[in-house]
Amino acid sequence: MKQALTLLHRLSAHPDSRCWYVSWNPSGTLLASCGGDKAIRIWGREGDSWICKTVLQDGHQRTVRKVAWSPCGNYLASASFDATTCIWKKKDNDFESLTVLEGHENEVKCVAWAPSGNLLATLDEEDEYECVTVVNSHTQDVKHVVWHPTEELLASASYDNNICIYREEDDDWECRATLQGHTATVWGLAFDRTGQRLASSSDDRTVKIWKEFPNEAGQGDSSWKCICTLSGYHGRTVYDIAWCRLTGALATASGDDAVRVFKEDESADPDQPVFSLAAQVTKAHDQDVNCVAWNPKEAGLLATCSDDGDFAIWRFQEEE
Amino acid sequence: MSAGSRLENANPTIFQRSGERLLTATEEDEDAHDPIDDREIFDILSINDPEHPLSLEDLNVVEQVRVKVDDAESSVGVEFTPTIPHCSMATLIGLSIKVKLLRSLPDRFKIDVQITPGSHASEEAVNKQLADKERVAAALENSSLLEVVNQCLTSRSI
Repeated sequence: MKQALTLLHRLSAHPDSRCWYVSWNPSGTLLASCGGDKAIRIWGREGDSWICKTVLQDGHQRTVRKVAWSPCGNYLASASFDATTCIWKKKDNDFESLTVLEGHENEVKCVAWAPSGNLLATLDEEDEYECVTVVNSHTQDVKHVVWHPTEELLASASYDNNICIYREEDDDWECRATLQGHTATVWGLAFDRTGQRLASSSDDRTVKIWKEFPNEAGQGDSSWKCICTLSGYHGRTVYDIAWCRLTGALATASGDDAVRVFKEDESADPDQPVFSLAAQVTKAHDQDVNCVAWNPKEAGLLATCSDDGDFAIWRFQEEE
Repeated sequence: MSAGSRLENANPTIFQRSGERLLTATEEDEDAHDPIDDREIFDILSINDPEHPLSLEDLNVVEQVRVKVDDAESSVGVEFTPTIPHCSMATLIGLSIKVKLLRSLPDRFKIDVQITPGSHASEEAVNKQLADKERVAAALENSSLLEVVNQCLTSRSI
């Protein structure tokens, strides 16, 4: 059976700039993009094409690095190099700036909502209106944060080559595990559907799969172990990784301009998984691919974006 | 540019500049495909030293042999050699080289700027910083830093 990635749409999202990140809303009907032009654009499907529904322009003074939808889909958070995080509220077909979160001294590089929608993690950590805690476990800047799909557990990737896992303990967020193994900056993180496994992507050109193992004594913290490393596939930094909650396919965005999709061998031992390259497009974009995002509702629909300012939508499918 | 009252390396060795590029017949031919080569990249790097009224070439910080271009693969690699192993300007010099190449070359090129192995005390840290495009992008949105970089890149008659 042959599998392929087919280009459906390509749009100039942030012309003369770079497109840093794209994010699907929870119902998979809207895509938010952000970039070096300080703007956020909201895209929607109309008939067979994708059109820009609205441009959010006045929120940030510098690059908008990441955007994240709240689990209810009514709010959008944006993280910027201007050291602020904006919360936008969806109102009919438009968005209004609800609040601006300050509190970071430097560039805010990532933002993510907790599954309950009550907590928002930025490069450090903040509640919607009040900073609940500041976590400081990495020795260098944090590149990305992701929440566990069901639990209030947070993972962060850093310039210090490590990944940290945080959990709330007595009203305090603490680093419960440090995952060491990458030999360069970790740029991307993605949990699988169950949250038992975490995939990471790095400047060391590899992807690693980590799994949580309960503590042998049955007490205290569980430990995370690297159970699989994908090396030899990527020619440059792997900037992002996305694990499809519907199909289990793993997509990567790389500085070698390529988009790749890996599939897990279902007959392999889950503790020693085998992933193989199912499809790749070597010149997916004219420049570095920065982000990959699976549509949360439509299986196989993949959005990517690049330093060339474009975003693209692909279909990953198994051909008979 | 004056970088404080005391120079880190007050009396650097100055090297002979390489001569003018000799044009070949194929290069004069408008119809021939003319790939970007090491010498062209080297010529682009006529950057000022942040501390001295000299170019990076005069100080042997950049040398043509440390420029590697693969036009077909769209890659450019430059190694630069700080004049002293503790030069605090190393990151700034590397950033200036990177910015100059980003501004001069077609977008398809992947640009790697690194310190010549063994020539600087913080080689690994500087290399890591220069390779991080997010840090480079954030640095270039800092107006005072951008001004210093632009000063290094402004052509200057000595």
